[in-house]
Amino acid sequence: MPQRNDDVTRRRLLRDGLWGACLAGIGGVAGFAAHKGQKVDWLWQIDPYKCIACGNCATHCVLEESAVKCTHVYGICGYCEICFGFFDPEPLAINEGAENQMCPTGAIERKFVEEPYYEYSISKSLCNGCGKCVKGCNAFGNGSLFLQVQHDRCVNCNQCAIAAACPSQAFRRVPADQPYLLKSVDHV
Amino acid sequence: MVRPRLILVALAALLVVGVAALGLERFPPPEFETDYVRPTTTAPNPPQGLWEYVDAGVLAVTLVLATVLILRTRNRKLIFALMLFCLAYFGFFRNGCVCPIGAVQNVTLTIFDPGYAIPLAVLVFFALPLVFTLFFGRVFCGAVCPLGAIQDAVLIHPVRVPRWLESGLRLIAYLYLGAGVLFAAMGAMFVICRYDPFVGFFRLSGNWEMLVVGACLLLIGMFVGRPYCRFLCPYGVILRQLSRLSRWRVTITPTDCIQCHLCEDACPFGAIRKPTEPWPNKEYQVARRRLAFLLVLLPVLIGAGGWAGYELRQWLAMVHPEVRLAQRIYLEENALVEGTIDASDAFRALGRSSDELYAAATQLRDRFGIGGALLGAFVGCVIGGKLLSLSVKRRRTDYEPDPASCLACGRCYRYCPKEHERLKRGREGLVRH
Repeated sequence: MPQRNDDVTRRRLLRDGLWGACLAGIGGVAGFAAHKGQKVDWLWQIDPYKCIACGNCATHCVLEESAVKCTHVYGICGYCEICFGFFDPEPLAINEGAENQMCPTGAIERKFVEEPYYEYSISKSLCNGCGKCVKGCNAFGNGSLFLQVQHDRCVNCNQCAIAAACPSQAFRRVPADQPYLLKSVDHV
Repeated sequence: MVRPRLILVALAALLVVGVAALGLERFPPPEFETDYVRPTTTAPNPPQGLWEYVDAGVLAVTLVLATVLILRTRNRKLIFALMLFCLAYFGFFRNGCVCPIGAVQNVTLTIFDPGYAIPLAVLVFFALPLVFTLFFGRVFCGAVCPLGAIQDAVLIHPVRVPRWLESGLRLIAYLYLGAGVLFAAMGAMFVICRYDPFVGFFRLSGNWEMLVVGACLLLIGMFVGRPYCRFLCPYGVILRQLSRLSRWRVTITPTDCIQCHLCEDACPFGAIRKPTEPWPNKEYQVARRRLAFLLVLLPVLIGAGGWAGYELRQWLAMVHPEVRLAQRIYLEENALVEGTIDASDAFRALGRSSDELYAAATQLRDRFGIGGALLGAFVGCVIGGKLLSLSVKRRRTDYEPDPASCLACGRCYRYCPKEHERLKRGREGLVRH
């Protein structure tokens, strides 16, 4: 049956053409992306100058213990005796007693340096990323405390759950060779 | 005794009045007289990017293995074992991220966002399963995909889903793909990853809403085979279409079909098609007229879909945080709502003007108009195409897996008497050697 044969050939030709087109399409997209691509991976990070320390970081991370934690840039810190990131707004006394502290997990360590300066350091294993200290330090201090995604903990979700919940759009993808957006002294 | 509270309140009041902008050095960093050295800021490095390449390598190896096991060895037990390995590796060990399903959005973002370029490993994850599907059918779905595997592993009592319902529900997957691509292109969010139902299980932690959705899907999956793959998976609908063109694919019988009907109910995914009966002449005429009607209907559906998508642009644009923010600020400025929210507070703290925000939001909404129209046209095209394919009857003489729907799980093989004959021959051959 020549008629039937012809039909089969036509269909096969169409199929083969489509097949080739699909392969070329995949190749084209992959080629375009690879041509544009650099070798580094992308990671999520918080722009500290946009962050308002709303507290979502502590609750929205897919990890039980958030990958976001407080970071301290000592070069900006005023070493205040009365630190608004450390002390509760209405402390009973100016000392390290837990009842006087802002941090709900006691993750900030206060150490005397010299009169009248005190060093504040974050114990990362205790910090839950709630940002209460960040809020205090930003509002009344130098803003040397701020939240950053800790890349030893972050599982780098393709869509960060905190980024989706961030009210100030402070999360963005950063190249893996510059994984932190630290505050600097000379930022305007 | 002076109450420290008073000191703090007084200090706070002073500072708030004195300093307007954030982050100013209200207290100049001290010059220390002692030999105190400032500690350096701890910023732990991310794990080395090597794992990504290991993952890409494992993906390539498992795809090759899956192809051999599914198309050559035809051994369901081995396929299942490979599937469990991939579930353990890509799922529980590597936490289910990145996967080819989500990689669709990374590719989209690469095309539309000049500032973003896809990492090589993610590109491999996107392209490799597609290429394998073009050659060998959906071997990725059958044995490699961890999302498919977790559902396949819980399937205990499959019930048959009617064809019409299956086709209807599958429309969700097309819509999901379209929406995922649209929102990724607009830079709004990766919606497919945000609502991944199983990644929470892989990590053994996650947002409880998605864990509940995942648990429900797994519960349904005990009776309806692989519900995510069949009705939701946005990558699956791409693989479906490519699989229609594949060079080699699953065949139920290793040699020829003897029409024994034994495989008829073997497939838990309703992918086995029966031989067709020839149509009576009269019905043929009706079918031809119907086909002509549907061909005319196709552009109408595409147009209607495009129009609907364009009309929905305001609603679609609300997925973008910038547009949501603009809406909120507008409401607040015109005293249509009371109070502020975190987002509007953050906006004001940054000192952007609201006109600038409105302009950005308007531009985004216009872009969503184009995107929405394309999304709608795509959905219209899918519906039209489905209607067309339903009205065309292919002549089929044997029991065959549907090339698009077959998930290449290999369950049907052992239902075929010819397969048993083949295995027996193989065993005898081994003995003779």
